[in-house]
Amino acid sequence: MKLLTANRLGDGEAVWWSDDLGWIERIEGATPAEGKDEEARLDAIGQDGIARNAVIDVNLIDIAIEDGRFAPLRLREKIRAAGPTNRTDLGKQAEPVLLEGGDAPGDGHVSI
Amino acid sequence: MYRYDEFDHAFVQARTEQFADQVSRRLSGELTEEQFRPLRLMNGVYLQLHAYMLRIAVPYGTLSSRQLRMLAHIARTYDKGYGHFTTRQNIQFNWPALSDIPAILRDLASVEMHAIQTSGNCIRNVTADHFAGAAADEAADPRPYAEILRQWSSVHPEFSYLPRKFKIAVTGAERDRAAIQVHDIGLHLKKDASGQLGFAVYVGGGQGRTPMVAKKIKDFLPEEHLLSYTTAVMRVYNLYGRRDNKFKARIKILVHETGVEEFTRLVEAEWAHLRDGELTLPQSDIDAIARYFALPPLPARPEGDEALKLARLDSRAFSEWLTQNVSTHRHPDYASVTISLKGIGEAPGDATDRQMDLVADLAETLAFDEIRVSHEQNLILPHVARADLKRVYDRLVEAGLHTANAGLITDIIACPGLDYCALANARSIPVAQDISRRFASLERQREIGELKLKISGCINACGHHHVGHIGILGVEKKGAELYQVTLGGSGDEETSIGEIVGRGFAPEELTDAIETVVDTYLGLRKDPSERFIDAYRRVGAAPFKEALYGSEARAA
Repeated sequence: MKLLTANRLGDGEAVWWSDDLGWIERIEGATPAEGKDEEARLDAIGQDGIARNAVIDVNLIDIAIEDGRFAPLRLREKIRAAGPTNRTDLGKQAEPVLLEGGDAPGDGHVSI
Repeated sequence: MYRYDEFDHAFVQARTEQFADQVSRRLSGELTEEQFRPLRLMNGVYLQLHAYMLRIAVPYGTLSSRQLRMLAHIARTYDKGYGHFTTRQNIQFNWPALSDIPAILRDLASVEMHAIQTSGNCIRNVTADHFAGAAADEAADPRPYAEILRQWSSVHPEFSYLPRKFKIAVTGAERDRAAIQVHDIGLHLKKDASGQLGFAVYVGGGQGRTPMVAKKIKDFLPEEHLLSYTTAVMRVYNLYGRRDNKFKARIKILVHETGVEEFTRLVEAEWAHLRDGELTLPQSDIDAIARYFALPPLPARPEGDEALKLARLDSRAFSEWLTQNVSTHRHPDYASVTISLKGIGEAPGDATDRQMDLVADLAETLAFDEIRVSHEQNLILPHVARADLKRVYDRLVEAGLHTANAGLITDIIACPGLDYCALANARSIPVAQDISRRFASLERQREIGELKLKISGCINACGHHHVGHIGILGVEKKGAELYQVTLGGSGDEETSIGEIVGRGFAPEELTDAIETVVDTYLGLRKDPSERFIDAYRRVGAAPFKEALYGSEARAA
């Protein structure tokens, strides 16, 4: 399973793609892709984001579902989704969760 | 301190407005990322994991109070209240918006600072001994020459698109505190038998994936030839340096592949065309630049000795700080103070806006308005009257900047690692924090003595792990962090590259492994005066391998 992620052009903020809300600041509401066709669709959205100068550094990242939440497989992506591990007062982990879109498939639980 | 002249002001202002226009065109979509990326990098703007990062040059590590206050202002206004001092005497801000960077650069320009050439394949910030001009053991202040190199190398048309980045470091003392032998060019300023100033020239040092100790290609280059000879080295590199492979493009590879003798011959042949030409430095120009770096007028303050004697008796903590963080000054009534940015359990090199303001205040009121950034990620007050040391200490206590660990095992160099850096494979900061907490006892640290521990989160080695007495390199293996330990590295006048001691360690094993290395050293040293690095050079890796891996090591 994969998510589409990037950094927003104007401020560099890490963002993920949601079919409902566009580029969002929390991984929780992102739209996952399963299978080659879905991945190709997200990839095309990413290229469009670059072309429209909305985002840069676009990537499809591998994720799993853990306890009903999206869990990036690579530590790098876990840190992008949360913030620096040595400064839990910074980054997305320090901000209250305001769900902008659908939760990950599962029980609907969202954790910060 | 050096002050911008009209040319400097005009140049930095023009460049700031040029980049502001480029940012505006990027945000409007007129420039693509592909077009913009090289432009932003030339101006120190990177993209990291969470945001953009702005790297600002602190030329040869020298700052005024006004400049440090501006860095505090930037941290407070455009970032998240802190900055990170780097191993190349720069400062990095981790969270600026691209749209704010023109305003940041204008603020910087107002205090004679910029971010030009802090990235890209050009000559980067020229670094120097952080005690330059104050140290009792130096032949002369190396900063005037670093400033001459800065002026010469700024947007140098011939050297703006080199095969790869290029780093120069200068020291003026026999004791190398600037790690010159792991730079592309290392310059050791010294005097010959007749008292003339000149340089021993080292070329081809570096860390990264292929660490190499620089080779000395000239014993003594008279000072007036600094630019002509450096130009000759750069021309040979620019002509013959590899551009086909990024990983083989640094000058160290060229020197290695060409051979020192042939490389030196090529440089000398090139220099024959340049020597005594227009690049020869007139003594009047050297003197004019040197005047900017003159020692401030230091009034006699002989009362310091008695005051310190009493203060030592009064406070053990102060006494320990004096022993560890205060260095001998060329003037007997003065001292240089190392302000540790390595509080126990803190991120190495990070300073808050409040801490920066406090250090700026201290420098202004008690230290002749001068601050240095060390490549070991600490701040220095180079000129403090010994009589004022207790006042300085008391103010540092207010800001939590009084940790008495300079040169000890918790004075750790660490790169930002995977918590921030897009290139990193593993985290550095939490590793440093964990080791720092394990060795928190100052008594224990002092029993261990001088020990340089350096951590990098990837093979690019920004954390200088190759030259750590104990080096730690974070790698990613099967999706998890793994840490390789190297022993026996050193970045001083006896530079050596550390050797990998054995298989790597998982994060939860690493601090125990470091403790095992330290305990092994304590058990085998001849006496407390034998430093870790000296003991390692005497006994080699075997006892450490045995302690870390036991029968596994014997089988190998």
